[in-house]
Amino acid sequence: MSVTYSRAEPSIAGVGDYIELMKPRVMSLVVFTALVGLVVAPGHLHPVLAFAALLCITVGAGAAGALNMWYDADIDACMARTAGRPIPRGRVTPGEAAGFGVTLAAFSIVSLGLLVNLVAAALLAFTIVFYVVIYTMWLKRATPQNIVIGGAAGALPPLIGWTAATGSIAVEPIVLFLIIFFWTPPHFWALALYRSEDYARAGVPMLPVVAGVAETRRQILVYTLILTPLGAAPWLLGYAGPLYGAAALALGAVMIALALRVRAERDGHKASKQLFGFSILYLFLLFAMLLADRLSVSLIGHSVA
Amino acid sequence: MNNAVNEQKPQAGIKLTPQQLRARRARSIAIALALGVFVVVIFLVTLVRLRSGVLTRPM
Repeated sequence: MSVTYSRAEPSIAGVGDYIELMKPRVMSLVVFTALVGLVVAPGHLHPVLAFAALLCITVGAGAAGALNMWYDADIDACMARTAGRPIPRGRVTPGEAAGFGVTLAAFSIVSLGLLVNLVAAALLAFTIVFYVVIYTMWLKRATPQNIVIGGAAGALPPLIGWTAATGSIAVEPIVLFLIIFFWTPPHFWALALYRSEDYARAGVPMLPVVAGVAETRRQILVYTLILTPLGAAPWLLGYAGPLYGAAALALGAVMIALALRVRAERDGHKASKQLFGFSILYLFLLFAMLLADRLSVSLIGHSVA
Repeated sequence: MNNAVNEQKPQAGIKLTPQQLRARRARSIAIALALGVFVVVIFLVTLVRLRSGVLTRPM
């Protein structure tokens, strides 16, 4: 299917349209997880440099979002959830979105390299390229494993945050990467279960469209069962306290319970919607607990010293 | 003759509608603010990076 967008007249795109291109809700999760990666890292990064690093990561995430909307405009136009995005709505032309995305990507990568360090900049560049080229241009339209492999891009921000603080990669941020990596399939497949008609119409081979609802529900449960111990891994590996461990296990138990309800669901999509909603809360609370745990350790350390 | 033809030509250029003007103005302000933030960040990072004695070096 080909959709042609053209406009000979000057742009009517407002600032809000460009902000929408950057996918602010995705961006907020990226910033938050990157912040956690930055804070849990050993050593001390000057607050100004930490702010600069987070700003670059934020802008980089926005660039990836804009480039994704540029390339996926034809798909977005077919789906109820995305038909109101700036390009399908005719507020921004694909060329404007592409130019905006490339400019932001270049600015964010170069700035992170010059202001913070080159390893973090290289990881940010890799994340943007992976999301735009590997996920958006290739996997999304080619395989039902699209969001499994493509999820790596969304899982990298804590690693970028950590490398911004330390200049190197370690086991701890890789565990944070794995948590988001294994969280992504249950999260997106729960959404895909009640949006499968949209995806089918747009020709996107999401798992419910290709393998069926029953197989998707089974795989959601499998990934959730892997996710729960991974969520508790920071405590098991000794870089988060028992309070975090207890919270991670409790949140994981709720995720499993909801995944079981999705597995048992026969009519409607109530359980899928509940799992999708809770999965966002799960990831937010898990990383918030990790942040609180590290900040409390720092405060106790300061008061003892 | 040429002058007569030129006088009959419609005004060249694109005339922006009020909506397009408003949108362009909003975009321009946003770009200015973004550049301002960028300059401030560069300035602050420069201060942090250079604070370790750059002003106290021997003349």
